[in-house]
Amino acid sequence: MNTDNKDDLEDLRSRVVKAHDSHTPLRIVGGDTKQFYANELVGEPLYTKKHCGIITYEPSELVMTVRSGTPLSAVQKTLATQGQMLPFEPPVFGDGSTIGGVIASGLSGPRRPFTGSVRDYVLGCKILTGNGKVLEFGGQVIKNVAGYDVSRIMAGAMGTLGVLLEISIKVLPKPDIEISVYMPLTAQEALDVMNARMAKPLPLSAACYDGETMYLRLSGTEFGLSGIERKIAGDRLDHSELFWQELNNQQHFFFREDVPLWRLSLASGVLHLGLPGQWFLDWGGAQRWLKTFESADNVRDAVTAEGGHATLFRGKELLNNNEVVNMFHPLPVGLGRLTRTIKTIFDPHNILNRHRIYGQNAD
Amino acid sequence: MVKQATVKELKRQFAGVLPQNSILASPEELKPYECDGLSAYTQVPLMVVIPDSIEQIQQILKICVQFDVPVVARGAGTGLSGGALPLANSVVLSLARLSQILEVDAINRTARVQPGVRNLAISEAVASLGLFYAPDPSSQIACTIGGNVAENSGGVHCLKYGLTVHNILEIKVVTIDGELITLGGSGLDAPGYDLLALFIGSEGLLGIIVEVVVKLLPKPEATTVILSAFDSVEKAGFVVAEIIKQGVIPAGLEMMDKFALRAAEEFVHAGYPLNAAAILLCELDGIKTEVTEQAEQVKEIMSTGGAFEVRLAEDEAQRELFWKGRKAAFPAMGRISPDYYCMDGTIPRKCLPEVLAKIATFSEKYGLAVANVFHAGDGNLHPLILYDANKSGELENAEKFGAEILELCVSVGGTITGEHGVGVEKLDQMCSQFAQDELSIFHQIKSAFDPSGLLNPGKAVPSLHRCAELGAMHVHKGKLPFPELERF
Repeated sequence: MNTDNKDDLEDLRSRVVKAHDSHTPLRIVGGDTKQFYANELVGEPLYTKKHCGIITYEPSELVMTVRSGTPLSAVQKTLATQGQMLPFEPPVFGDGSTIGGVIASGLSGPRRPFTGSVRDYVLGCKILTGNGKVLEFGGQVIKNVAGYDVSRIMAGAMGTLGVLLEISIKVLPKPDIEISVYMPLTAQEALDVMNARMAKPLPLSAACYDGETMYLRLSGTEFGLSGIERKIAGDRLDHSELFWQELNNQQHFFFREDVPLWRLSLASGVLHLGLPGQWFLDWGGAQRWLKTFESADNVRDAVTAEGGHATLFRGKELLNNNEVVNMFHPLPVGLGRLTRTIKTIFDPHNILNRHRIYGQNAD
Repeated sequence: MVKQATVKELKRQFAGVLPQNSILASPEELKPYECDGLSAYTQVPLMVVIPDSIEQIQQILKICVQFDVPVVARGAGTGLSGGALPLANSVVLSLARLSQILEVDAINRTARVQPGVRNLAISEAVASLGLFYAPDPSSQIACTIGGNVAENSGGVHCLKYGLTVHNILEIKVVTIDGELITLGGSGLDAPGYDLLALFIGSEGLLGIIVEVVVKLLPKPEATTVILSAFDSVEKAGFVVAEIIKQGVIPAGLEMMDKFALRAAEEFVHAGYPLNAAAILLCELDGIKTEVTEQAEQVKEIMSTGGAFEVRLAEDEAQRELFWKGRKAAFPAMGRISPDYYCMDGTIPRKCLPEVLAKIATFSEKYGLAVANVFHAGDGNLHPLILYDANKSGELENAEKFGAEILELCVSVGGTITGEHGVGVEKLDQMCSQFAQDELSIFHQIKSAFDPSGLLNPGKAVPSLHRCAELGAMHVHKGKLPFPELERF
């Protein structure tokens, strides 16, 4: 393994203990590639990059345990040598991206509806809480129901419940080949076709619509996929790997514009919404990107009515009328209260990534 | 002891919010509720209430808070760790009458069901759409989805299809205060912390599950099973690792040792080779071409790995016969032994030979036979300890034997429970698996949801006091636990 290998726990712990004692907020920094993904960045930086290295990797157990500061690229490279991969296909927003940041942000790529999300593959973790305690939850085995499933809530908690130190992740074999087909459709037609295809036993691994054309990705072996194109209409897409990568990493031209970008999470079959703007539908319709200057209230009302939620993913500063908006969808009262209580359990003085997800009132 | 006058008043209050025939309180009515699937533990509750609506459940919990009476939720009572074991001063809240499939959404491939719906009933209801609900605990014919969510149940297909937590999109929960909250949502994620994941597997300690939205998957186009026989457990273990290393993710990968396969064979005549030290069952599913190709690959791995016999199921009937023996493993034990005690540890697969060898030495030490059934794909080991409860000391010995197995699982980097839950059964072993600070977090999570501590108290998470008392005997990960406590 060619990654650096270093245990920086003691330094991290002494920084956190000091911050806890002096009530000083800390901003946890991995690769610093997702600053945009926060309500507010508060506090002195706490760098995790020095806490790095793959601790164990057993290809036949499908499990890797890794320190949080390890570069994502190093993790992926090591997995690739054994023909394996991170099943949730994390987006990469910069070269420095660390595995800790990947897990903390909980963001998954185009493969998500078919293989699962970040939290689905977290088996265990070691964390440093806001009062300087080092705790371990979960483990390194696939099936484990001892104790509450604390390790999975670290996925998507954005470091607000603890500094991730080590994560055990379930990994999967990488498919031998992937092919993609495309077909020009309207948005509603694309939603209908993608959902109909997802209800069939097909080896799908991605389904999206870019505003004009629907794309489906299929994964398997050469022999396994032979004849599949007779079952699925569409033209073969060349350079398909690049296409999905650009979508996942938001390098696709859709994402290159100075318009607020919303991420709408909905049941995949929800009919195409009437909100004005430009759309990119991913996850077969379960994750819908919308570029719009529409007010946050209007976006959220339309999404709430369909039982979903909306995240202002990028471009908060571009909103009309300087609206003050929480990036993340407001929580119902009961959940807001639970969220605050849980935050207090892990970080009593609210020093870790303060206000990153929710404001002081968790609303 | 709860005063008779209080019990009477409690019953009167329940009668005010429940329809007729929803309260059981006589000794003969209560008897069937004295235990769950772990029948070694029994306790009759104060009474059993059987509501048929969410509103009634909210009222019941408010009354329980008012009277400070603990509440034990119960689905079908098939759990194997005593999670639904009543407390003497508790009310059992049965979810049996909330048994409707409320909605099947064919477009979004989900089903909205009440907690008392049986696991298998979901797959049956959506079969005509070509869909199924993946987690399949062995009790799926009887166990309910509410219980599955509470226990984060597994089954034989976990390696490929995940546990309950991977197959649930949303739940509605009534908190101890009677508040109805929704965790998860109709999309693939929800805003804020993933409290859905935290709640699944919380064993009835955090809230009462009153509605569940499950994810449905398309039924695979083709399925096949390969049976192989080995003259040593090591060889079988090696083949398991090799199948996965070579990039095959079987739908199911099961191992049975000599003792288990013989008992099963005598019971159902599945055609298992009796001279084998271990057999492997490998189920593959997917599109036809892929299954055909993988079956060849797996057969090759098995032969190269030293299997003295490799058989591919020729048709559906043979596939079912291969599985019949595995599925009959538990009842087969019931035929040859008056009682058996089923353990549920998980281990890294590579430790299997070492763990089985140690289990064999424990077996000699306690003088009790053991049969091993293993979800080899995901490392979940079910040693079945055979004993006779009527022989004095055998149950205690079986329990000690079991405890040693679980501690062995922890010591090789595994866990004390893969899919059955902690319940009342594995409280002591929780002290080996977790340190004081971690247990303390669990207790704080419990009180975040249930400040009064009335939901299924005494289950799943041991008190710090209990662990401190045990602590004298245990060393956790090389550190003496509770160093701050004085020892005498």
